[in-house]
Amino acid sequence: MYEPVLLKNVEVTNGHLLSSYEAGGGYQALRKVLSEYTPDEVVELVKQSNLRGRGGAGFPTGMKWSFVPKGGDKPKYLCCNADEGEPGTFKDRIIMERDPHQLIEALAVSGYAIGAETAYVYIRGEYVAAIRRLEQAIAEAHERGYLGKGILGSDFNFTVHIHCGAGAYICGEETAMLESLEGKRAQPRLKPPFPAVAGLYASPTVINNVETLACVPHIVTRGAAWFRGIGPDKSPGPKLYCVSGQVKKPGLYELPMGIPLKELVEEHAGGPLPGRKIKAVIPGGVSAPVIPEHGLEVGMDFDSLSAAGSMLGSAGVIVVDDSTCMVKVATRIIEFFHHESCGKCTPCREGLNWAVKVLRRIEAGEGAPGDLEQLDMLCKGIFGNTFCALGDGAAMGLRAALKHFREEFVAHIEEGRCPFH
Amino acid sequence: MSMREKIEQAAAAYPDQRSAIMPALVIAQKEHGHLPGPVLEEVADILGVERIWVYELATFYTLFHTEPVGTFHLQLCDNVSCMLCGSENLLKHLETVLGIKKGDTTADRLFTLSTVECLGACEMAPVMQVGDDYHGNLDVSRLDALLDSLRAAAGRVTGVEHAAQPLPGE
Repeated sequence: MYEPVLLKNVEVTNGHLLSSYEAGGGYQALRKVLSEYTPDEVVELVKQSNLRGRGGAGFPTGMKWSFVPKGGDKPKYLCCNADEGEPGTFKDRIIMERDPHQLIEALAVSGYAIGAETAYVYIRGEYVAAIRRLEQAIAEAHERGYLGKGILGSDFNFTVHIHCGAGAYICGEETAMLESLEGKRAQPRLKPPFPAVAGLYASPTVINNVETLACVPHIVTRGAAWFRGIGPDKSPGPKLYCVSGQVKKPGLYELPMGIPLKELVEEHAGGPLPGRKIKAVIPGGVSAPVIPEHGLEVGMDFDSLSAAGSMLGSAGVIVVDDSTCMVKVATRIIEFFHHESCGKCTPCREGLNWAVKVLRRIEAGEGAPGDLEQLDMLCKGIFGNTFCALGDGAAMGLRAALKHFREEFVAHIEEGRCPFH
Repeated sequence: MSMREKIEQAAAAYPDQRSAIMPALVIAQKEHGHLPGPVLEEVADILGVERIWVYELATFYTLFHTEPVGTFHLQLCDNVSCMLCGSENLLKHLETVLGIKKGDTTADRLFTLSTVECLGACEMAPVMQVGDDYHGNLDVSRLDALLDSLRAAAGRVTGVEHAAQPLPGE
């Protein structure tokens, strides 16, 4: 039986308070790195652990940190991506609401490693409860000397600020987030330069997701080998899975990376609703291509899902059953991306607008012959031709729906109605 | 604390005043309910930044309202997870009982009805945010109870039974 690490405080009454966090061994990792490790040794430890970013891209965290130049005149910044806008994802909210000190300790340890004295946590503005909890926790941590000047008697100074988003999915893209932090409209930047070299205020900047950071103190206290021992070698560690949709027990599950999707959905999350059958599962938020029922044996890790033509993304697992029209699901997904397109580049802005119109008419029973070929053409025009991954995510999601459920699209056009209505 | 003091305090977290525009708009919206032109200009003046910088943020980010909204802003999620759990029926119900379409505000200015993208609370889908609070696992009866409690909170109970009750002294 797997014992939760990231969520161990989440069900504890008053687990959000500093006293509870300390009682469970909290801030021991910070104590340990400040007294026993050089910053470079912390970076090396994280490299050894093979921790990969939990925000969606799966980039090796230790390697990302090592790109930050040594020395230099400019301050270094740590930014925490807590914008969590990928539909189907709610893991970072639960960490921040129920165990905010886990994130604060993680920020301090990571800030020490990269040589940053300031961190900004970019939280989506809707997460009012999480923002309040994190504010309280930051104040508590300052009072007890876990943040501020000369932390725990060392010469390490570190401050955490919260920056509230205001409703823009694109802020989850790291360079768009930096633009937003600088007080601009959130539109992605051209890379290079990469943020590690010139990020926030043109200073060296590391951007990590909440769950990624939350792994770091556990790697410090339990060791890199412990972390690598959980799940597959190439993408190891504990993993938070957000299960939602048409399933008996939706919720947040912490399990090893790499567990079969089928086991997650059918055993842990209780399987389909009474009298229904699972038709498909979106494994990593709506950017992740849908997997039809026969593909559910796939392991929930970066490499296995990629090999299966999908992606782990944010591990927002959305279960769709046989009562649901896939054209409707695909339409809703593309409407979302169209709404959230920042408008900077043409393929995404115009292509998604066009795709939404075609999808809506197909779903309404007014599709025409040639519509599916037009959607194929639009996906081709968007994928790989946009500034950031928003357009790619939309195109990948639509392509997968067209590939695996083409007969449903065809039936809409031929019958002139939605067969599910 | 005055709005100016709150904004100046928030701005201290950044090396550049422009970064403080978003937090300043959050503060200003809390103060004024929405963000009309004169408020945006006041924010620009307090921070000493270009007015266009403030306008462009107020119109880019969906949580900023340049037009007034009702006392209670009902923000129903209709993204995939909530849609799969019945948000469409909830929207129809809200439109019927409030007598407005999504995007509109009731004549008494009590409720504005919007649909929003994923609120990040899919474990309790379907979800609606009202003000600062999330309300999850909604169905029609829970929704009705929620509307009643909001009306009561506003001190304007409009149910037929209440209206029929004699006033004290009658």
